Amino acid sequence: MPDLPKRDQKYDALIIGAGHNGLVAACYLAKAGMKVLVVEKNDWIGGAAVSRELYPGFTYSNCSYVSSLFRPEIMRDLDLPKHGLQILPYEGGAVFTETGGYLGMFRDHDANRREFARHSARDAEAYDLYSRDVQRYCRFIRPMLLRTPPDPSSFRPRDIMELLWLGKQIGALSEQQRAEMVRFWTMSISDFLDEYFESPVIKGYLAVSAIIGTALGPMSPGSAYVLLHHYMGDVDGNVGAWGFARGGMGSITKALTASLRAAGGEVRTMSPVAEILVRGGKAVGVVLDNGEEIRAARVISNMDAKRTFLKTVNEADLPAEFVASVRKFKTRGSSAKLNIALDAAPVFTALPEGAANIKGDLHFTDSIARMERGYDDWKSGHFSRDPFQDCMIPTMIDPTMVPTGKHFMSCFVQYAPPKIAGNDWTDADRDDLRDTCMNQIETYAPGFKNKVLHVEVRTPRELEAEVGLTEGNIFQGELTFDQLLFNRPVPGYAQYKSPIKDLWMCGSATHPGGGVMGAPGRNAAAEILLDAKLPGGMSDAYAVL
Amino acid sequence: MPTPSSEVIVIGAGPNGLACATRLAQKGAKVTLLDALPMPGGGATPREFAPGFTTTLAHLTRGIDARVAKGMDLERYGLGFQTLQTTLLGPNPVTISRGKTASQDADFARLHDRLTQFARVLAPFRAIPAPTLGKGNDWLTLARLGLGIRALGKTEFRELLRMLLTNAADVAEDDLTDQRLQGYIAFEATLGAWAGPRSPNTLILLLNHLATGPDVLAPKGGMQAVAQAMTKAAEAAGVTIRQNARVTRIVTNGDTATGVELASGEALAGKTIVSTLHPGLTLRDLVGPRVLDAGLYTRAGHIHSRGGTARLTLALKSLPNIDNLENRLIIAPSVNAVENAFNPVKYGQIPDVPVLEVFFPTSLDPRPDGLHILTANVQFAPHMPVDGLDQARAQMLENTLRVLAAHIPDLRPLILHCELLMPQDVAALYGNPGGNWHHAELAVEQMLFLRPLRDLSQYRTPIEGLWLAGAGSHPGGGITGAAGWNAALAMEGAL
Repeated sequence: MPDLPKRDQKYDALIIGAGHNGLVAACYLAKAGMKVLVVEKNDWIGGAAVSRELYPGFTYSNCSYVSSLFRPEIMRDLDLPKHGLQILPYEGGAVFTETGGYLGMFRDHDANRREFARHSARDAEAYDLYSRDVQRYCRFIRPMLLRTPPDPSSFRPRDIMELLWLGKQIGALSEQQRAEMVRFWTMSISDFLDEYFESPVIKGYLAVSAIIGTALGPMSPGSAYVLLHHYMGDVDGNVGAWGFARGGMGSITKALTASLRAAGGEVRTMSPVAEILVRGGKAVGVVLDNGEEIRAARVISNMDAKRTFLKTVNEADLPAEFVASVRKFKTRGSSAKLNIALDAAPVFTALPEGAANIKGDLHFTDSIARMERGYDDWKSGHFSRDPFQDCMIPTMIDPTMVPTGKHFMSCFVQYAPPKIAGNDWTDADRDDLRDTCMNQIETYAPGFKNKVLHVEVRTPRELEAEVGLTEGNIFQGELTFDQLLFNRPVPGYAQYKSPIKDLWMCGSATHPGGGVMGAPGRNAAAEILLDAKLPGGMSDAYAVL
Repeated sequence: MPTPSSEVIVIGAGPNGLACATRLAQKGAKVTLLDALPMPGGGATPREFAPGFTTTLAHLTRGIDARVAKGMDLERYGLGFQTLQTTLLGPNPVTISRGKTASQDADFARLHDRLTQFARVLAPFRAIPAPTLGKGNDWLTLARLGLGIRALGKTEFRELLRMLLTNAADVAEDDLTDQRLQGYIAFEATLGAWAGPRSPNTLILLLNHLATGPDVLAPKGGMQAVAQAMTKAAEAAGVTIRQNARVTRIVTNGDTATGVELASGEALAGKTIVSTLHPGLTLRDLVGPRVLDAGLYTRAGHIHSRGGTARLTLALKSLPNIDNLENRLIIAPSVNAVENAFNPVKYGQIPDVPVLEVFFPTSLDPRPDGLHILTANVQFAPHMPVDGLDQARAQMLENTLRVLAAHIPDLRPLILHCELLMPQDVAALYGNPGGNWHHAELAVEQMLFLRPLRDLSQYRTPIEGLWLAGAGSHPGGGITGAAGWNAALAMEGAL
């Protein structure tokens, strides 16, 4: 049997960070027979996929707040439904317009189409074409999520085979489809939507997925790809759909933890890692903040690349070129979050009574230009004065999170820079952001503020301090082409392996990037098991869904 | 009845039209070159902007495509260039000469070297038809060029792959510490583009500039010397050039182009029609929706052609009293200055503080009367100003002169005449809708096999006998003639 624990080497694999990717990697490694320990700095498990009681009786999904991207292959392999995971699709959504109207969204394509027609007959027609085209681009990308990117500078047979595989995928498309796809990947969502739609509010709604979590505006080239990143998930096979995890996003990591424990793995909370121990060019374990040393045959970091290599590893153990590349890796945060406990449901005056639209994503940004202006504020070092908010009231669908009749509302806010005019965020800045957002909601839902029992505000400062995301970037690194595939996080090191022997990466800073997807964790585990010559025990990636 | 005419009709006597027509004539075709303006040269043609003062739309170049210069023997027709240094104006000006700053900034030299190396291995792609995503590639050539890229070495090859689609601002801020030089990189990358330096896909625009030519050049005798030399070469090759001949329609018979109609009503028959005009204009307006298939007609309307550059020309009593005025002068003090100048343009508004590329052509080629001219590319300007063209133009002029006067304090009293062309003015004068220098914006989604559209990237159109050869085709505009030459090469097999 390989990897028998040696005398002072208790674990086969030590994973730093009990976020979803760390847990996914841990589960696969444990299932393959390794003795696995996950260490977590906080006193709770889950990283950015957590459910926490921050106000008595109220469960908050205080970081990530919706689910779609989590790979179904992983759910199946790790038996997550058996361990309590249930995803509830949302039932609608709405964009409120400045003029007091709204654009409703529904679960049903045809209902959406009818609603679009209320705003523009032409756009309703275009919606079919648009959906078809975007679905096609999604289908192309999805199989790549669960594959290790090839290194195009390498002549190893494996990399060449993988490039050939990629070539085959491209070869399966017509010349026209290839060209349209490259065009789509490289253009801005604003230009892309202009080719289909005329109504500003419809474009404003559809552009949302292209900016969430990104330090790009809807007019930035490359933003169309980000849309794809958010569209390639599914809820129970319904591609592009989004949903809530019953009991909050923590249910995902809770189920993963249960699955890990069932496979014999351990998790230790309140164990912040001070240093990754490197001896003779090989990772041999970690030292915790309290001085305790834990030895392991390999260390797998679920922290972002900057935190791992610039803060937890001794720079002298790394090639200078690699360190320089990690420094160049862009992790600028662009978002903030308000988590609100409500005494009663807010009433949005524009919505008809009882409309299902409130059981989904609610926005107040009714044009691309407003969104882009919000981005201009970010570029100049300020949070958006007219922010884009993605508001959700998961308790409309999942009442288990709050006392009867009460609600939890999650407001994802963009854009919020990692620093305000070059300075660290202050409490006053944070409160200013909170008031700006609350006032925006109040405009569309009068009386909203009076229903507020408690608000938690999380700027990039809080995200970094608590979850450990450098500069508060929710994807552990921006999703632009210079940081995707074989460039993520660093050219030449995109295959989950670091320059230090037996030190691996499994976080969202690696391919295919962020979102509660689990793919980086699974891909990293696949590489580690291959390296350890252990069977993977993974189901094949679904070619299409 | 159409008058019996040429085998080949080339529309538009800009550098691409002249290059294409010359090459075809040299290969034995009977070529007529039709041009709407009074004189040939397109962006290099002289135009009177004030009584007794002429200028050209393009004021500087990075050089004529080497094949064009050689094939047209332009040196023989008196064309020569002077390499310019670039001076970044500001409280502490910096002069850059051949990729080095006067202060020998090591970071800058290193970055410039790296980018020049990247540009060197990419440059050959400008001189071949864009590789296709389907059949018809010259695999041998592509393999050779691919090997050239790989020969950069593993590290540089990886860096190239990373940087290819990155934004200019990050590169400038990652690799340089001097804010002025960061601003320079940001400005240079976005010159002529409709994008700010923080937009992804902007570094490649800088690489394209460097691949066109490592230095900025001023033709001896002014930019019109390019027009004159190319015209002489075309005439020597037997091209018939007709000015004031605006083409209003490309005549088709079924799916075949058979000739053109002029604004005068005159009809000319031709077996091959080559348009160097904007591809969208060519297909939608000159060919028309009755001939094109609906999909192509729609997509031709989606070609982005937003001009972001205004053009200022001043007639001056004398040269102002500043140093380095024989250099190319840039006023773009930082990355944010360039980005902030772009922000309002997205909403059709005017930037308060535009960034500029300034040149005094008369400092190199003095006028007999001792008066002087200042030319400047002013960025960014909205292609569709929300406040209407006249108001926007006045505001743009005001803001531009304010920035200029801040750097050249004695300028205002020297001004005899001034003209500012907004992108819409450029479009009206030169016939490129949107007013973009490259006709179709040079942006990654409109480059190579996507330029100007996926099915038009090989210069051929679905209309039999109709070809594209202008700046809207690969590799884009600039006073180089490369697209026209490439198109002529592509057509040779077919003629």
